[in-house]
Amino acid sequence: MRPNRLVPNTIRWIVIVLLLIGGIAMVFPLLWLVSTSLRPAPELLLVPPRLLPQHWTLDNYAKAFASAPLLLYLWNSFVFAMISTIFIILTSTVAGYVFAKFRFPGNNFLFMLVLATAIVPFEIYMVPLFLQINALKLVNTQLGLVLPFLVLSYGIFFMRQNTQTSVPDELLDAARIDGMSETGIMLRFVPRLLGPAISALAILAFIQAWTAFIWPLLILNKPTLFPMELGLSQFANTRVDFGLTSAGAVIAMLPTLIAFLVLRRRIVEGITLTGLRG
Amino acid sequence: MIHPVRAVRAVPRRTWLRYRFVFLALAPIMALFFYLRVLPTGQAIVMSFFKWELIKPAEQFLGFDNYINLLKDENFRLAFFNTTIFAVATTILSVLLALLLATLIARLVGGRIGAGIELLYFAPVLVSVVPVTLGWREIFNYQHGILNSLLAGIGIGPQPWLSDPTMTLVAVIILSVWKQLGYNMIILLVGMRAIPRLYQEAAAVDGASAWQQFRHITLPLLAPVTLFVIVITTISSYNVFTQVYVLASDVQGAPGKLVRVIVYDIFENGFRFFKMGYAAAEAVYLFLIVIVLTIIQFRFLRGSRV
Repeated sequence: MRPNRLVPNTIRWIVIVLLLIGGIAMVFPLLWLVSTSLRPAPELLLVPPRLLPQHWTLDNYAKAFASAPLLLYLWNSFVFAMISTIFIILTSTVAGYVFAKFRFPGNNFLFMLVLATAIVPFEIYMVPLFLQINALKLVNTQLGLVLPFLVLSYGIFFMRQNTQTSVPDELLDAARIDGMSETGIMLRFVPRLLGPAISALAILAFIQAWTAFIWPLLILNKPTLFPMELGLSQFANTRVDFGLTSAGAVIAMLPTLIAFLVLRRRIVEGITLTGLRG
Repeated sequence: MIHPVRAVRAVPRRTWLRYRFVFLALAPIMALFFYLRVLPTGQAIVMSFFKWELIKPAEQFLGFDNYINLLKDENFRLAFFNTTIFAVATTILSVLLALLLATLIARLVGGRIGAGIELLYFAPVLVSVVPVTLGWREIFNYQHGILNSLLAGIGIGPQPWLSDPTMTLVAVIILSVWKQLGYNMIILLVGMRAIPRLYQEAAAVDGASAWQQFRHITLPLLAPVTLFVIVITTISSYNVFTQVYVLASDVQGAPGKLVRVIVYDIFENGFRFFKMGYAAAEAVYLFLIVIVLTIIQFRFLRGSRV
């Protein structure tokens, strides 16, 4: 469906203005957060609040950095999300390829099992999973944090589908005739044909790990290991100083917001390709 | 009868090599997958029939006692009630608004302006939950939050957004609709743009009003996508936790206690009271809800293709 040429221009412009007002309302909470973080303490208590600070200040940021290891939290999140993404890409591509292109006993059964677990939300099995990780003595470790994020059932399903549609058997046979090993084909040749799918899955995996909250909350109580989301929530929970918590929130959201804005096209493509689960 | 050994020999060497390759490639992944997904999911179901504590696993077989006791448990009933209200309200509001937005953008706005407007509505999807929830916590503040100031401007008294349980549930819904809207809009827009313009224009030429075109052309053709969005939103809403944990602290500052939701209740039973079998039964109830929603989706999607 394209924009309709039969609608009069006045109506079109009225709608655009209304949509713009709504859109500004949508980003207002984000701008408000930034604006709050830049005002000195007395101005935070003004009723009604002013849209912009009268006296701009970066004090809140200095205080926020001084009172919690926010950069460490960001770094932890980054490492956690990167490891998770790399493993999910690797496991999903390999398993997806094998399920799509090889006949072997149990193929269907295993794949159906993967598919069945794809609909099970994490919250369903987090209690027994915690007990397993606890039994491995991995509570309060980075490994325990990342372990559940190394595979993604949906990723295996997604890569199998994409392998079926964009990796023709003839190409695989040609590569075999050229003397490429099976391992080489799987790890070097096939991924090159799956670029868009891999980047969509990478975005999904990265966002999933970056925004993970309840698992870090269960598995970690050592603040030096906290990822950003958890660290920020603990930081804000014990404080009522809005300037300080706003500064913390802006620090937490800025790197992702910038990365996401840069990758926006990719992300939207990825979302529509994977049907990213909220 | 073929001798088993001979039957094995009858499989060509190339097939054996293929099996070996498949096994080597798949075994480590499947091992991880079993350990991290299949085992705990199965274990959740097993545990739900036991009295099971952190240091005393499988203490006593209870049959369906955990399930029955949950139905009598005030906290669980409250959590189920709150979560259902939250899920229904968030889904209805975010899908209806997204439908409206997607229709207006797809039909009336194109090009750069359309893309810019899309980005504004999509921005909340791009930021992570905790920072924006903190932002909303300030907006909802009773004394100097900007929302109560705005309400005062139109003659409405200050609302106890974050101290009254009902109002806090409303606040969590507002925040979640705001966060979900852009995602639903994008999915619906993709669905709408896949509908050929020809249909609408033919209808318009035949004298169909904008509403009639929407009602009789867009909506039916968009039904599978809309259903997908509805089910995805409902399922993720039933699993709500983070927003509530950050926004709904009670008077003592206990996070998430003011608006009890199912995942919070599982969390509390399992990790505060260490009633892990009980918590697992609760998780199975949540699972049943997810299964029912998933079945509904598959049913309708299959139906719509016929």
